[in-house]
Amino acid sequence: MSHEYVPEIATDRDGNEHEVQGWQDDFYGGKLGFWLFMLTEVMMFGGMFLSLAYYNTLHPHDFLEASASLNRWLGGTNTVILLVSALTMGLGLLRMRTGDVKGAKLMIWATILLALIFLGIKAVEWNAEYHHGIFLMHDQMLPESSMAFGKKLFFGMYFTMTGLHGFHIMIGIGLMLWLIKRINSEKVTQDHHILYWNIALYWDIVHLIWVFVFPYFYMIGAGDVVAGGGHHGH
Amino acid sequence: MSKTYFDETHCAFGHPKSTFMQWMLTIDHKRIGLMYAAVMFTFFFVAVATAFVMRLELLAPGQQFIDGDTFNQAFTLHGVIMIFLFIIPGIPAIFGNIVMPIMIGAKDVSFPRLNWFTFWLYIVGALVALSSLVSFNDVDGEMIFNFADTGWTFYAPYSLNTGTNVITTLVAAFILGMASILTGLNFLVTIHRLRAPGMGFFKMPLFVWGIYATGWIQLLATPVVGITLVLAILEKQFGIGIFDPAKGGDPVLFQHLFWIYSHPAVYLMILPAFGIMSEIIPVFSRKEIFGYRTIALSSASIAGIGYLVWGHHLFTSGMADIAKTVFSFLTFFVAIPTGIKFYDWVATMYQGKIVLSTPMIWALGTIITFAIGGLTGITITMVGLDIHLQDTYYSVAHFHYAILGGVVFLMFAGMHYWFPLITGKMYNEKKAKIAFYMNFVGINLLWFPMFIAGYLGMPRRYFDYLPEFEIYHQISFAGAVVMVSGLVYMFWVLFQGWRNGEPSGTNPWNATTLEWHLPSSPPPLENHSKVPYVDFEPYKYENGEPVVKFDYETMKRID
Repeated sequence: MSHEYVPEIATDRDGNEHEVQGWQDDFYGGKLGFWLFMLTEVMMFGGMFLSLAYYNTLHPHDFLEASASLNRWLGGTNTVILLVSALTMGLGLLRMRTGDVKGAKLMIWATILLALIFLGIKAVEWNAEYHHGIFLMHDQMLPESSMAFGKKLFFGMYFTMTGLHGFHIMIGIGLMLWLIKRINSEKVTQDHHILYWNIALYWDIVHLIWVFVFPYFYMIGAGDVVAGGGHHGH
Repeated sequence: MSKTYFDETHCAFGHPKSTFMQWMLTIDHKRIGLMYAAVMFTFFFVAVATAFVMRLELLAPGQQFIDGDTFNQAFTLHGVIMIFLFIIPGIPAIFGNIVMPIMIGAKDVSFPRLNWFTFWLYIVGALVALSSLVSFNDVDGEMIFNFADTGWTFYAPYSLNTGTNVITTLVAAFILGMASILTGLNFLVTIHRLRAPGMGFFKMPLFVWGIYATGWIQLLATPVVGITLVLAILEKQFGIGIFDPAKGGDPVLFQHLFWIYSHPAVYLMILPAFGIMSEIIPVFSRKEIFGYRTIALSSASIAGIGYLVWGHHLFTSGMADIAKTVFSFLTFFVAIPTGIKFYDWVATMYQGKIVLSTPMIWALGTIITFAIGGLTGITITMVGLDIHLQDTYYSVAHFHYAILGGVVFLMFAGMHYWFPLITGKMYNEKKAKIAFYMNFVGINLLWFPMFIAGYLGMPRRYFDYLPEFEIYHQISFAGAVVMVSGLVYMFWVLFQGWRNGEPSGTNPWNATTLEWHLPSSPPPLENHSKVPYVDFEPYKYENGEPVVKFDYETMKRID
């Protein structure tokens, strides 16, 4: 970006001049490209939600029971944390656009901190589940255990989807650290912040996916708990 | 002589002096396209050789020189290379890269550095695929041939149980899928953002429409197979249960998820190929294309309907009768926009001044071979007939007539059409035509007998067969010999053309689209000397002569 890009002019037969859009300095092109890329994330998680919904229709009762055994307090806290982190990310972008570089960086650090807390809580949850004998290739999840098929599938998908989501959080942290480096070296500035914009968009998608993951895993069984622990007959 | 894209280039970073590094780091779309071509055709010949080995084994009933397990690995290798490394990325990565930006008057794609990265991602995927060929024996470290033996579809539960290198192959397919997504994304943004001023969507050449529709399929369908492969990897490595009946998982779900992508993938292959056909037919008929809008919109509707037909791969896998009926009906539906294109092409030729140059005879040959491939496809759309013919040589023959006789033939047509643009030289037309006839005779001799053998019950993917099928296999073998010689001869003719051919000039075919209005041949680094203003339809002929003329220095119209 060191030398200024000057767009070419095309002239039509009546002598009118038209500015040519080059690949350089194409803010909208960069945004469009990243939106399209985020569409692929939606399709990826969409495929998993489809599979989840299919097994849910096969084993509705097992799914409710398995869901009831998840820790809604930890999951709920994580949901709030991600929502707040989306806010800090957005506020940082606003600050960058008004030229407040220091404030923007502060907001990115806040987002990174929240993301780390999210991962920490996730680790506590997985650890607790492991000690209850529920983890991939472990104890009750093995083919020879007597746990119901529906529960095995529920937890298999739970570890897969929260795991892949957590993987996206980690990538997000990496991206934000890179963004701070780019801001420090003045590659991302008030006038040239497409990278910031796209990473903020990425973070929005990551929290949006969680907004669907959370109710499907944690909340579908919540009603049973309120009604007395899910032991009533059908 | 002015500098061409062979003499100078932009690099992803730095300014390397050596020619080799300049190629490795190039972000020029034309160079990247050429490198794709070099790698892909190398893999193409590896897969052709594998297929030839299988034909040799099948020359007589019983075991000849490879055993059944090796045969299973051979057809998997053939499928994986042909599908994931060659034909899915093929036309977009080669011709989409080389000519699409020039056709819309752009200097490069929207994200040239991403394009460079994508190429190397493709190479990484290819290397991972190669690394899955062998394993090292635990006991003595001896190298053994251990490629996946599942077929390119990796159906669960077998793929979950086999001891061959399935995971590595799945990882390779995932990386190649990522590369495909990024190519599609790059092209979509390029077509939306970088068209020359004045060029609305309905003034784009039809090849660009093909690439555009393909881009959407790459973007929306590939992630579904990506996640399916990831789930299969997780299943194999961590036992998540989703495809494993021992934990309540449903292997048929794998088939659904797999074909949600892999059926649109065949349209992803054919749409840019149809685009090439739509370029060649008007140019060599010296006539405006018939039904421009219907061709453009049928590309879009094939891409759309193509999403909803995957179930026809599962007629024998267990599915509700109502679902079978719906999928069968929807599959018939795809034939409508495809038929529209065919009639448009034939109508374009009607009363045209037809010039039978090499690209045109490849296109005309394809009209015959693809029609056979397409119409036999309609027969197996019918549920009853499909249950009889599924997994027989009939579907093998249908697939190869459609993909080899459609996609690959049109790719070769495009290769002969754009060869002078890319190299600045002309090949020997007479020899190139002989190569076409060898391929045309070869493909029919090789695959037509399979329709009969399949109808009589010859199953696919078997390395042995009943003696009554021997005659069909022998005719097929003869066809394979002719076809392979034709392929080798064709590349030899092109290679000779590049080395010793006459300079072709900038517009040897009297074509009208923007890629033939360049200041030099081969084109300079940033294509047109000035970006033109586009106020004309792409295929304008009057009395067999192009209407629109440019001054190649100022890119102003002079007609």
